[in-house]
Amino acid sequence: MIAIALDFAFGCFGLALLLNLWRIVRAPGVTDRVLALDTMVVNAIALLVLYGIRQGTAVYFEAAVLIAMVGFVSTVAYAKFMLRGDIVE
Amino acid sequence: MVWDLLITGFLVLAGVFGLVGSFGLVKLPDPMTRLHAPTKATTLGVGGVLIASMLFFAAKMGHFSAHELLITLFLFLTAPVSALFLAKANLHHDRPQNLPHPEGSEWAILRIGTDTAAETLAGPVPEQPLTPREGRET
Repeated sequence: MIAIALDFAFGCFGLALLLNLWRIVRAPGVTDRVLALDTMVVNAIALLVLYGIRQGTAVYFEAAVLIAMVGFVSTVAYAKFMLRGDIVE
Repeated sequence: MVWDLLITGFLVLAGVFGLVGSFGLVKLPDPMTRLHAPTKATTLGVGGVLIASMLFFAAKMGHFSAHELLITLFLFLTAPVSALFLAKANLHHDRPQNLPHPEGSEWAILRIGTDTAAETLAGPVPEQPLTPREGRET
């Protein structure tokens, strides 16, 4: 039962990644692209944790934490660049 | 059995919420509403995955791990912050005209003297003569 639910969740998050990719390619504005990249990072974290459940190891949590931190910092850096035209003043 | 049902329920819920978040990112009409779907629904979806993972490792593998709680805490703290930054960037960059007017005078981001690029709002900065400031060696 857990295996079927895992497959369902994998499918959902894979489809979500494809929708994000579509939004990145065909975006009406710059903020939408950055938002789609941020969502992509969050979905990638979910996929990593799901893969960790399937393999039965806790190795992938460190990778998930690292991806979460890098994703947040890059989103804030993009937003700051759009606001000020510069990141470190 | 109860554990299986719980883990399955959380996994299905998480998948649905993640898909709804990304679908809203594509489907919603304008940038300010598009901010809502990923920052709320997708965060909830990841939270569901992490709860399912915590239950799975506690029930099946027999060891409780706090990594999931760490990731959940980090995501729940950073998602509103990045949403606020993106909203500010959108207000500054695209200047949407169909937003309700805030109480008081103006959006804080459009006021001179706040943190956001006041020079570009006030027009070009008058040219300062290029004299070295006091106390600084050039």
